Amino acid sequence: MTTPTRQAPASAAGHPSAERPARRFEPAVVGAILYREWRVFRRVWFSTAFGSIVEPIVYFVAFGFGFGALVAEVAGMSYFDFMATGTIAIGILFSSVFPGLINGYARRTEKHLYDGQLAAPVTVAELVTGEALWHALRVTVVAGVTVLVALAFGVRMGPGIVLVAPIAVVTGFGFAATGAAFAAKLRSWHGIDIVISGIIAPMFVVAGTFFPLDGLPGWAQAVGYANPLYHCVELLRGAAFGFEGLLAPLGNLAALAAFNLLAWLAAVRLVRRALID
Amino acid sequence: MSSSHLSPPAILLRDVVKRFGPITAVDHLDFEVPTGSCFGLLGPNGAGKSTMMRLLTGQGVADSGRVEVLGHPLPAASRAARAACGVVPQVDNLDDELTVAENLEVYARLQRVPRTERLAAVEHGLALARLTDRRDATAAALSGGMRRRLLIARGLVHRPRLVLLDEPTVGLDPQIRAQLWSQIAEIRDEGATVLMSTHYIEEAERLCDEVAVVHAGRVVAQGGPRELVAALVGTEVMEIGGDADDLRRVERQAREAGLGTRRSGTTVAVLGAEHLDGQAWATGFRRPANLEDVFVVLTGEELG
Ligand SMILES: Nc1ncnc2c1ncn2[C@@H]1O[C@H](COP(=O)(O)OP(=O)(O)OP(=O)(O)O)[C@@H](O)[C@H]1O
Ligand SMILES: [Mg+2]
Repeated sequence: MTTPTRQAPASAAGHPSAERPARRFEPAVVGAILYREWRVFRRVWFSTAFGSIVEPIVYFVAFGFGFGALVAEVAGMSYFDFMATGTIAIGILFSSVFPGLINGYARRTEKHLYDGQLAAPVTVAELVTGEALWHALRVTVVAGVTVLVALAFGVRMGPGIVLVAPIAVVTGFGFAATGAAFAAKLRSWHGIDIVISGIIAPMFVVAGTFFPLDGLPGWAQAVGYANPLYHCVELLRGAAFGFEGLLAPLGNLAALAAFNLLAWLAAVRLVRRALID
Repeated sequence: MSSSHLSPPAILLRDVVKRFGPITAVDHLDFEVPTGSCFGLLGPNGAGKSTMMRLLTGQGVADSGRVEVLGHPLPAASRAARAACGVVPQVDNLDDELTVAENLEVYARLQRVPRTERLAAVEHGLALARLTDRRDATAAALSGGMRRRLLIARGLVHRPRLVLLDEPTVGLDPQIRAQLWSQIAEIRDEGATVLMSTHYIEEAERLCDEVAVVHAGRVVAQGGPRELVAALVGTEVMEIGGDADDLRRVERQAREAGLGTRRSGTTVAVLGAEHLDGQAWATGFRRPANLEDVFVVLTGEELG
């Protein structure tokens, strides 16, 4: 009866590799989070693609034709070309910050999804990274479709526009993490209004998307330069119509890198605080 | 002596305190769950059962005290602990956007089940949940009982050495509850350690080698279900009915005879009824004492 060194039977011993010593940050776990999103996306891709066709058409018709009739040229390019790149950037912003914010809140509170995932050997950093990375990848689809719509509307973009994909990833990751960070602070759905009208709305306007920053008062210009979306738009314009020198795009990239780092750190910290008590 | 006392405990809590603002959910708690046993946590709503479970997965962090799961100190080594744990939460958190099979597969990945074993793990989970024929239905389309079954199967998909079940059968019809009991018994018989919280006395009596009665964040009694009943309320209980005056009289007479009582609805239950021999006031319905009697005597509360 007494077997001091009794081992659990093989059937309950666990999968051998399931218990190997873990690194602090496991790419495979991020991969599992991405895989979950991919399985869902396979079923809903059509609505993503459809939404990203309709939205730019609305902007092109309203701003491009409506506004473009009044303003012929902006910052040395036709107004239509100017706002077309602005529209791509806005697509990137909306398609990353909104899922980050809305999914982030719903999955934490109503669906209890994160609670389930964190009961597995998953860290908050892996969870936040996986979700932000997914939104960043998904946003390349949105940006790509917007480029096609712009081409169909006769915007003459150079081959450099293929850079839209990495630009979308780099910007989308930061915005998705920003959405997740705000979602972690929300106490109810009502708070979403504050985030949308107080932060996202000014952000998408004061970014050189539909009009250049030069015309704004000094303080608003400063806000614009601090806006990550501005750096995204600048990179997109360079990619579509040619960069003037290397310094400016490198500066834009550096600004986006700093933004990504800050947004990721904030998201990990706030989500951890919201999920672990 | 049973072998389990020689191996280190699967779960060890020492003087653990967990507060939420003014509420002390876990109050200087001490207990151990021996490896290979099925251990039940019995307590009324708000006793702190779920809070304890969260401390064991690192999803809650104790304010003070020592928590160890399978030898891993928490929260520092919580990832290693979670890798060997299967968790079935009280609050259903199935992924409604995924199918039944995908729910299992995503968990197998999160639990780092090796690629070559993943398919088999998913099939095993489907069989366990008896949902093989519903594998491609989304979780949102399942009935309440099916969801519970899937939730349990998901917690077991990586064949954990320790299973944490937080009220696994709550809200189920008796038939499905009995099915789940056999599932839990299987896990236990395969050698895993099980910690389960429950409101159902019958569940604890059938499945658990040992139970702890928890009240206001403390363990107020611990032991084998039968020993606890024998030690605290004897072997038999007599239920005596009547109007309010009758009940008060029975309570007084029982007290004079040195016996404990508890009110349950419209009757008084006289504990230790095996010691009664034909007193005139003591006429009623005799039944075996059970854990619920222990529970009420210890906590002064009926189970939910
Ligand atoms: N995140 C939290 N914030 C504040 N209070 C909490 C939190 N979690 C639990 N509590 C409180 O801690 C106490 C214990 O709660 P817990 O959920 O552990 O009880 P329980 O024994 O699982 O109850 P039940 O049987 O109803 O599930 C309760 O008073 C509860 O309100
Ligand atoms: Mg509970």
